[in-house]
Amino acid sequence: MATPAVQDERPNYLNSTHGIRSWLLTTDHKRIALLYLMSVTFFFFIGGLFALLIRLELLTPAGDLVMADTYNKLFTMHGQIMVFFFLIPSIPAILGNFLVPMMIGAKDLAFPKINLLSWYIYIFAGGLMLYCIVTGGVDTGWTFYTPFSTAFSHTQVVEAALAIFINGFSSILTGLNFVVTIHRMRAPGLTWRRLPLFIWSHYAVSIIFLLGTPVLAITLLLVFFERVFNLGIFDPTRGGDPLLFQHLFWFYSHPAVYIMILPSMGVVSEIVPCFSRKRIFGYEFVAMSSIGIAVIGFLVWAHHMFVAGISLYAALIFSVLSYLVAVPSAIKVFNWTATMYKGSISLDTPMLYALGFIGLFTIGGLTGLFLAALGVDVHVHDTYFVIAHFHYVMVGGAVMGYMGGLHFWWPKMTGRMYPEIWGKLAAVTIFLGFNLTFFPQFILGYLGMPRRYWEYPPEFQVWNVLSTAGASILAVGYLLPMVYMIWSLRYGKIAGDNPWGAAGLEWKTQSPPITSNFEVTPEVTWEAYNYDEIPAPEEVPVG
Amino acid sequence: MFQNLPFWPPAASAQAGTVDALYLFLVALSVFMTLAIFIAIFVFAFKYRRRPGHKAVQIHGSWILETAWSVIPMGIFLVIFAWGAMIYYQAHTPPPDADTVYTVAKQWMWKFQHVTGQMELDELHVPVGRDIKLIMTSQDVIHSLFVPAFRVKQDVLPGRYTMVWFRATKPGTYHLFCSQYCGTQHSGMIGQVVVMTPTDYQAWLTQGGAWKSLSAQGNTLFQQLGCGTCHQQESQGRGPSLIGVYGHHVQLEDGRVITADEAYVRESILSPSAKVVSGFKPIMPVFQGLVDEDQLNQLVEYVKSLGNAPEGAAGTPSMIPAGTKSQTY
Amino acid sequence: MAETSALATQEHEHSDLQHHFADMEQQKEASTLGMWVFLGTEIMFFGGMFLAYLVYRLKYYNEFATGSQSIDIWLGTINTIVLICSSLTVALGVKAAQRGKRKLLIVLIILTLIFGLAFLGIKGIEWYQKYQEHHVPGISFNISDIQAAHPHTPLNPGHAQLYFSLYFALTGLHALHMIIGIGIFLALLWMAWKGRFGPDYYTPMEIGGLYWHFVDIVWIYLFPLLYLIDRKHIP
Repeated sequence: MATPAVQDERPNYLNSTHGIRSWLLTTDHKRIALLYLMSVTFFFFIGGLFALLIRLELLTPAGDLVMADTYNKLFTMHGQIMVFFFLIPSIPAILGNFLVPMMIGAKDLAFPKINLLSWYIYIFAGGLMLYCIVTGGVDTGWTFYTPFSTAFSHTQVVEAALAIFINGFSSILTGLNFVVTIHRMRAPGLTWRRLPLFIWSHYAVSIIFLLGTPVLAITLLLVFFERVFNLGIFDPTRGGDPLLFQHLFWFYSHPAVYIMILPSMGVVSEIVPCFSRKRIFGYEFVAMSSIGIAVIGFLVWAHHMFVAGISLYAALIFSVLSYLVAVPSAIKVFNWTATMYKGSISLDTPMLYALGFIGLFTIGGLTGLFLAALGVDVHVHDTYFVIAHFHYVMVGGAVMGYMGGLHFWWPKMTGRMYPEIWGKLAAVTIFLGFNLTFFPQFILGYLGMPRRYWEYPPEFQVWNVLSTAGASILAVGYLLPMVYMIWSLRYGKIAGDNPWGAAGLEWKTQSPPITSNFEVTPEVTWEAYNYDEIPAPEEVPVG
Repeated sequence: MFQNLPFWPPAASAQAGTVDALYLFLVALSVFMTLAIFIAIFVFAFKYRRRPGHKAVQIHGSWILETAWSVIPMGIFLVIFAWGAMIYYQAHTPPPDADTVYTVAKQWMWKFQHVTGQMELDELHVPVGRDIKLIMTSQDVIHSLFVPAFRVKQDVLPGRYTMVWFRATKPGTYHLFCSQYCGTQHSGMIGQVVVMTPTDYQAWLTQGGAWKSLSAQGNTLFQQLGCGTCHQQESQGRGPSLIGVYGHHVQLEDGRVITADEAYVRESILSPSAKVVSGFKPIMPVFQGLVDEDQLNQLVEYVKSLGNAPEGAAGTPSMIPAGTKSQTY
Repeated sequence: MAETSALATQEHEHSDLQHHFADMEQQKEASTLGMWVFLGTEIMFFGGMFLAYLVYRLKYYNEFATGSQSIDIWLGTINTIVLICSSLTVALGVKAAQRGKRKLLIVLIILTLIFGLAFLGIKGIEWYQKYQEHHVPGISFNISDIQAAHPHTPLNPGHAQLYFSLYFALTGLHALHMIIGIGIFLALLWMAWKGRFGPDYYTPMEIGGLYWHFVDIVWIYLFPLLYLIDRKHIP
């Protein structure tokens, strides 16, 4: 390891070339990851602003802060931005982009130019989405249900559908790059059984990107045609079937949930062994459960449609398949917990996020059992119970994992440490704020408060007030890392190449890495997570 | 203070208890599992905290444990599945003698039409203890009828019928929500279900004066549209007779046998060539766009009333003689 | 792929080797796998529309069958033959590139381009016919001629419009892929002109060929679905 004092002057991917052109025309996966980091963070705060306005409106039962149409646009664009422009690209396009080549000992992704192209597609689609917002927004709900979206809404549906359609190609190209890279560019000795679980989960995610996204693309294209050329593909007055739209939409959009959660699972599978100084418990099971989730995840889409008018038999089949997909998720939770058993545990910030992930994902997963149970789903479907459930999975799960990963690899990406005290404070704030925001929504849901309501009966108010209070705490929790991480770029402690004493090839090169990642292509002779062979770093304070 | 802090919705239907039971089971299971995971994490994080002299013990895994925590959850899941499926099955199979209320949803109101002819907006009056079946359709976008106190919900689609049924058990006034996002006033598309004792309900039925029954309205329309020219009482007409069709098996031209329900009658009016009765030609004109949802409901109810007529009722004074257009009953 | 393993042993630095690959074999395998994966994505892309077509065909059989019979089956057949010929020239082209036969390769690529353009031209004629017959979905859509041909089967114009919507969406999407394919082959023509291909570097020709074959195969499914299936007499 080099001495920290001279580290900043060492050549690395950040200081290899200078100027705005060297960033906008870069084909270095690490720089593209940072481009994604900036743009995705931008969309996260836009989506978050919408969320805050939604919660403020719901502080009182009457619709008194914004107009009904405005409220409908707020929750629609909150959903569209958070799902398509934040959650889906967050971990794969930022951490995945940065880490997939490094973790397998490659110099770059297989198609670096396509990688840059996918960022430009994302930016173009994001720009179109912003254009859609400033020219009036869209009010269909993120789900674009027909015939409302095609024949009744008077808002910018075409722009929004087009933006998401285009954005899909960014996902497809990222997935393509990952699959080819993981198949063809692994360092000598890095067999499939030695791959980090982060790679396994990104491989699983790529399968969904590749097989799911095109179906969403074609569906939105048909919505676009139907609206522009006035066809009747999903409009029942002209013979179309709105349920066909729902089938096609959820065929992608249910697996999309796994796009959001699988990369987080990969992150947690890296963090928990590192801060427990242990090999992960049941490596094969955690790896295979990722693939299992990706595959079975394609067979459960109609559980979004139990009250939509599908047949009894279809409902039974999709219910039982939904329970099947819950098993691999359960396996993961048990294995992470078992990994901590007899470990040497240090509760640093990434570990706090990872444990937060396990806890919140457990609640999110268990409440999924309620929704897969046909009889109960009939009552809680389209209520705040569903809202709470998927926020526990997608925010409590996916975003906790994202934050954990960002903290874990921040020293690798920037060469600097973030302030540990503030990191812990933010992690705890987010955990508490999150639970206060979303737990009351489970109760609201069972009481029967429907989702997407601008006004609501007064007996629901107290729970809504609690939820809004939680949301304001959550907002502070998300702003904190934004501030201290930018601060750390200049004032943070120099990190060293491997501050956590972590296994994995990405830690065997310098921080920040050189442009080609490794001086010489590494040769892997060890199993993944060989924490018995790596000493814990002394500079890491005892938790 | 607990009045302001409700934990539990009112339960006012026969289904509510069964849904609540499964829900409570799931809550108990979830609390148990969440506590188990949380406690394990807290205990491990404290007991195995990093400290001088403490070293991690490397454990690579255990086939027994992996099998156990795959198979046991799967078993529990299957129990939940079966339990949930039974409730769902009941919710999808209304008792044959359930009273029908026709429901038409549109942006942003609910319209309920009782077979006795009463029509009401955003309010549904039902008697306690009777099985009520709502035959629902939408005039524009997808809506969803949701009565939390009954634990029932069903999307209401344009262009087809969907069904929900319940048996109210407790008199009172309960929320009726639209739970599928349907545009600007989605949250304003709420109403109430008024559950009444049988005597109150009888009083309510008569208070609005005399209503013409839905099937009688349908009969008038049937004659106006000239349906009777082909659909005569005896099957010699160019179209099949409609006596005794509803609720019975129908042999189709392509060999299929189906049961004539509301959806079939509806489809046969709007898109007659979709299911042609055996022995007849697909010559009936398409009525899509010519009758609105209310008129469709009247026609469907009329055909239903013919279906319930006893065998051989044709020609009895209560039935319309073939060919006469003016007579109503 | 077995034949390429012989190349792997040649460890020389090639001018076409990109910096992040270890050797030419890795680069070639990555490119080929990339195209295969991309084609998998494409299958799902068309798959969504095929599904919509099949669902509605089952639901509105009469309108779909009569609509199908109103399309010129000869134009479709000629186009099928044209595309199969183009696949042949592409397959021969890959071989020519592999053997470094520059002139032959250029001729074969130009032939492929001619076949591709011929396909699009014939497609254009077919679409123009549909336009003249008022079978293009929209305000002027009218199926009275189809109805007149089948007087004993009442047809629902809305359902017939669904058939033609999906017909135009499917053939349009396919034509778009053809246009992209022609763009790719123009680029390959330029590369072949420059003499870039030879025994140790012909990957672009190979993956371009994969793409072209895929677009052909999509047509091989579209042709029976849209033109051929169940041409029985409908009164």
